[in-house]
Amino acid sequence: MSSVPLVSTAAVGRFVGVAGTLVFERLSAIPKLAGVTPASRLEVRPTPLMVSSGVREVDALTGGLPRGCLTEICGPASSGRTSVLLAALAAATQRQEVCALVDISDAFNPHSAAAAGVNFERLLWVRCGGNKQKVRSPQRHRAIEKTEKNENARRQIEKPVEQALQVTDLLLRSGGFGLVIIDLGNTPVKMARRIPLASWFRFQRAVEHTATVLFVISQAPCAQTCASLLLKVSGKSLSAVSSQLSAETPPAHAQLLHGLQVQGELLRSRLERKPAGSVTTTFTTKVG
Amino acid sequence: MKGLTHRVIESMSQYFACIFVPDFPVEALLRAEPELRSRSLAVLEGKAPLQKVFAVNENARRAGVSQGMTKLQIEACSGLVLRARSLPQEAAAHAVLLDCTQSFSPRVEAVGCDTIVLDLAGLQPLFGPLPKIARALARRASDLGLESNVSVAGNPETATLAARGFSGVTVIPEGKEAEQLGSLPVEVLFENSTQESAHLLETFSRWGIRKLRDLAALPDVALSERLGQDGILLQALARGATSRTLVPVEPPLIFEEVVELEYPLVLLEPLAFLLGRLLEQLCARLEARALATQELRLSLELENGWQPEDPSANNGETGVPARPSRAQARQSFQRTLRLPVPLLDPKTFLKLLQLDLKAHPPGAPIVKIRLAAEPVRPRAAQNGLFLPPAPEPEKLELTLARIASIVGEDKVGSLELLDTHRPQGFRMQRFAPSEPFSPQRHPSTALRAGSGTEKNSSHFSVQKNSSVSPCLRGECDLVTALRIFRPPVDIAVAIQDGKLAHITCPRNKAMQGEILWAAGPWRSSGDWWEKEGWARDEWDIAVQGESDIALYRLVRDRLGGRWFLEGTYD
Repeated sequence: MSSVPLVSTAAVGRFVGVAGTLVFERLSAIPKLAGVTPASRLEVRPTPLMVSSGVREVDALTGGLPRGCLTEICGPASSGRTSVLLAALAAATQRQEVCALVDISDAFNPHSAAAAGVNFERLLWVRCGGNKQKVRSPQRHRAIEKTEKNENARRQIEKPVEQALQVTDLLLRSGGFGLVIIDLGNTPVKMARRIPLASWFRFQRAVEHTATVLFVISQAPCAQTCASLLLKVSGKSLSAVSSQLSAETPPAHAQLLHGLQVQGELLRSRLERKPAGSVTTTFTTKVG
Repeated sequence: MKGLTHRVIESMSQYFACIFVPDFPVEALLRAEPELRSRSLAVLEGKAPLQKVFAVNENARRAGVSQGMTKLQIEACSGLVLRARSLPQEAAAHAVLLDCTQSFSPRVEAVGCDTIVLDLAGLQPLFGPLPKIARALARRASDLGLESNVSVAGNPETATLAARGFSGVTVIPEGKEAEQLGSLPVEVLFENSTQESAHLLETFSRWGIRKLRDLAALPDVALSERLGQDGILLQALARGATSRTLVPVEPPLIFEEVVELEYPLVLLEPLAFLLGRLLEQLCARLEARALATQELRLSLELENGWQPEDPSANNGETGVPARPSRAQARQSFQRTLRLPVPLLDPKTFLKLLQLDLKAHPPGAPIVKIRLAAEPVRPRAAQNGLFLPPAPEPEKLELTLARIASIVGEDKVGSLELLDTHRPQGFRMQRFAPSEPFSPQRHPSTALRAGSGTEKNSSHFSVQKNSSVSPCLRGECDLVTALRIFRPPVDIAVAIQDGKLAHITCPRNKAMQGEILWAAGPWRSSGDWWEKEGWARDEWDIAVQGESDIALYRLVRDRLGGRWFLEGTYD
């Protein structure tokens, strides 16, 4: 015997809708909550425009690089981060966009960039850590010489990071850049994580609703929740090296480095409904 | 119908406007110090202690100060501000007057340094009726820092007399010249007080002639018998019945402002205040001529009291001081600000000059400031709807200057590869991105996110056959990048059986370990015919690090015998 519902589903829905409206009206009548918008009525953030990263596999994995968002690529040395960076730069400059590279460790190699197809005319290269200290009087200089000696090593690392943060702030406020890259690739993880979260939030807010892609490469994730897209790359195998290492008899003549085989793993993407989980892709670089 | 007829007649008859700046030497100084406008001001001329009053403003005149008084006589006046006459500032004020009139009509005549006459023919359809043109002329002069009298009449002489005699804006209709000019004193006929003019004035005074209408009413023949042709000419002027052809001048496009300081300036902040004022005046002048500038030359005369060098001698890059001549080597200070695009924003210029002077301070107190702008046609850019984003030139210049102040001038810019095999063969140059040339916006440049990998990949596959470059389709070759160590990392290399075995780095322990694999050596050399010759062997090595394998470029300097890591493959 089937039970007949006393109230139909549609009627329940109507009741809930009416009740919800009444609740909102009651809440908005309270002076303290007058300006508060319920979470259910917040505007949906528009989906960002995506641009090509220059690597087909990365585009297939992430959908491209989101404009108006912070994208972070992390990985250890020789993992292929810089190769992805150059590919993104090449793609952006070929789109006629003006790009900026904030090079904290002054590690950019123009010849690699030229081989990757970067248009230097549209690339602003900022080499941090270059400005000399202000000249002090001899007396004052002697007095603080000892203190400075101990802190010199720390300052050598901190100063470029500070400069990079200031420069990035200026670039983002200036506007009009299609791609702004912060290269933290050689910065120690400890130092990169010391960058205050407020700075990343400020950068994220600065690029929001703009056409700028803010791109960070680092050894380990440091932008935390401010990064809309987090990709971890690792050298899956050194394609040329490993095959020759495995060979029993090493070659007698000079060898060639053919490239790197890079594995990219999507660690976070705000653009997807669910966390990306362990989604990976693999691509190979070539020696230019 | 009557109004239309009047308008037709008005447009057909020829009219001239005259702009006259009373107390011109005072006004020239007030342009640099407008805060003195409400005070009594006297301009002195001559060498101390024989300085005499050359010009005064209205407040000083009311206080009893008049032209020709000695400095000793006027020192008793309280609240009177004394300034030395500045010929460069007067020249700049005259140039401003010319710019002001040139912005209305190309046919202008400089009657005197304080008086300009311009032809109004054909201006009414552009600027409106004659009173409106006169008011606009006075307003523009006021905007440029000069309070003036403007008059409009049917002939240049009448317009000049009316501008000198009546304050404010005066429009004299055709046929009413004698009536309007009649109330002016006869002194207005004599621009400069010469001996001859003094004699004529004395004669008029003896005859009881005080106003122009008295002179105009004299019988022609009797006047001619007594004063000759000069008398007839003066009578014609008083009647407003003269007629002559305008002699137009073509003022040179020189935009220069000068300030001579009473006291030497030591700090940059008050200097910036003065520079801001000069820049506003310069930009207003350029705007009046529908021009912009791409080069600013700042010349500072320092306390020692020598003349600044010729600005045209500067041939350096942006912000690079010109090489001074031997005589002025230690005393001249000059900066040149070159911009990639024509700009006309005084705030941008000021900030750029501030940043430049902060990086390159003059090094001595400043007694004179000279600022010149090189005029160029303004930038006319029509941005396309589908062009990629680009920074605004004004903002970009400021941003670059600010970044240069943080990281150093030689550390920011775009790079240019040099035609050499030498490692690090590149140089930094000024960053000036050109306008994007491709007006087409391809769908590949903007993809909608959240559509899934499959859709995206299909999107990319659609564009394979299009004209988009391979990099935009993600199909270009991914290049193994080399990250350079600047400076190179010195290491010690252990060699076993003729092969590279181990590297040790005292500076960085992460960069040492067993060499798993090595490719090379690749030998190169160059510039051996020069002092900076180089020769090196390169290896690509894989080193087992603490956690992972790292790829380095190992270099041995064959001239110095030193081993170092040039970079890491990443």
